[in-house]
Amino acid sequence: MFPIVEAPRPANAPPGIDPAVTAQWLTWFLRDEIVVRRRIARAVVGLSGGVDSAVTAFLCARALGPENVFAIRMPYATSSRASLDDAQAVVDALQIHCRTIEITAAVEGYLQFEPDADARRRGNVMARTRMVVLFDQSAKLDALPVGTGNKTERLLGYFTWHADDTPPVNPIGDLFKTQVWALARYLGVPQALIEKAPTADLEANQTDEGDLGITYERADAILDQLLLGYSDAQLVERGFAPEDVALIRRRVDGTHWKRHLPTTAMVSNTAINEFYLRPVDF
Amino acid sequence: MEPPIPLAAQPARVRLAIVQMKPEKGRYSANLATAARAFGEIGERPADLVVLPEAAFTGYFLEGAVYDLALPAPRFAADLARTWRDACGDAPVDLVSGFFENADGTYYNSAVYLHVEAGEHRIVHVHRKMFLPTYGVFDEERFLSRGRRLGVFETRFGKTALLICEDSWHALVPSLAAVKGARIVIVPSASPGRGIEHEGELSSIARWREMLRLIASEHGVFVIYAGLTGFEGGKGMTGSSCVVDPRGEILVFAPAAEACIVRAELDLREIDLARASLPLVGDLEAVLSDLLLDEDLPLPKGRGLVPDR
Repeated sequence: MFPIVEAPRPANAPPGIDPAVTAQWLTWFLRDEIVVRRRIARAVVGLSGGVDSAVTAFLCARALGPENVFAIRMPYATSSRASLDDAQAVVDALQIHCRTIEITAAVEGYLQFEPDADARRRGNVMARTRMVVLFDQSAKLDALPVGTGNKTERLLGYFTWHADDTPPVNPIGDLFKTQVWALARYLGVPQALIEKAPTADLEANQTDEGDLGITYERADAILDQLLLGYSDAQLVERGFAPEDVALIRRRVDGTHWKRHLPTTAMVSNTAINEFYLRPVDF
Repeated sequence: MEPPIPLAAQPARVRLAIVQMKPEKGRYSANLATAARAFGEIGERPADLVVLPEAAFTGYFLEGAVYDLALPAPRFAADLARTWRDACGDAPVDLVSGFFENADGTYYNSAVYLHVEAGEHRIVHVHRKMFLPTYGVFDEERFLSRGRRLGVFETRFGKTALLICEDSWHALVPSLAAVKGARIVIVPSASPGRGIEHEGELSSIARWREMLRLIASEHGVFVIYAGLTGFEGGKGMTGSSCVVDPRGEILVFAPAAEACIVRAELDLREIDLARASLPLVGDLEAVLSDLLLDEDLPLPKGRGLVPDR
């Protein structure tokens, strides 16, 4: 009898990371992009109480020193107390600066004229108001706003356009959510933030996975392979549920516009970013 | 027993320095000043050969700005030689650096090999990158033209080849360089790092290391790799400048993310010793014509070498 040595089937797990290598690389990124290139010493981070902004704050503290990191908590009237407390735990762990700026009055200042606005519109107004605050604080503090959007939400379009995606640098935008969790464990982000269900906290009892209709674990595994070019049929063949594949494909294909700058009508041979091409750091 | 016969009037050793540059994007003069400081430090302990990375004085991702920054090879060579002389006086040296070349309105990603001595300098060779990555994050062939010739040229250290970045990713290229006589392969490079899944280092760094060791050990050549470092619009160049000996052993390996000077001493006698124990270049020479004259290969018939313009 010959013993059989068989290749394993693909695991269909989300891609892992070496968190030490990743943390080091992202720390270098923040130093180079903020301090070396832009000659800015400080960062300002909107701290929501979730794991993404916590990881971003931890990375900024490593890259710039905690004394140069300014966390801003921006609760709205309906934001949960737990979110504020979780954000505070990050501030306490890192010994970074922190300020709490309520956005309720600013949001209501506009929404009072739009009493029929549904939850989606109200959520978008809150997200955009937070960016108004963050950018104004950045001007006041001479600090660069640092983005906190992860690759999963960017791919699924699960964010407010020209709000969460606005800061000029983002250390975690090429990390899937499950990779952010792995990095959070390595960096020492307080356990409660890693274990709780992720939420945009724009409505009561809202969770990301409830909104999306799929777990991050499954979404990331599918996204990883979808981006490598596998067709839907191949993904199903490789063991993913057809309804999950369809959901992910629909969300990715329906949101390409959210990952681009506005579409501009081209009328010349010198159209910006079409003919006139200069890199962002030129 | 008689002592071994000396090979040639070549020096047996090369004192090498690699400047792992972290350029400021598009600031050519400022980057020359940075190189001058590095040359000054190198000059404190003599060096015979100094190598700088691809796009060392401009940064790599330039898009349309490449046309603003590309220079004729003689002009770039003169700038580089003057920078050396300003820092180190009349100390003779061979200098290698990547640059974007403007050859009468045709643009290349090039590297120059330059000899500097007694107030003069001489261009020994200009290599124009043959494999222009134009996929994924890369966009070279949108802006640049392909080099057409793999040159192997004489230096005071023996026959040498310059391969720029992706040139060395095709196993055939270093193989042909070795068959054409190269004993030293110099690789100026700019490699944006990626791959965080594996333990210990970025996958792209691991891949380079593996490949450079294979090039050196298969052909019995010294491989000198000069990597650009620093982030360019979120894409981090992985430095990792290194020297591999003709048995595939790494003599020195620089960190990924900091500008530094890498130093090593190359004992050129190692090349013949390595080839004596693993004579793969000789074997390839013997078989190469059978491989290349294979009618199934997609090669045009009767085509000679195309010289660079």
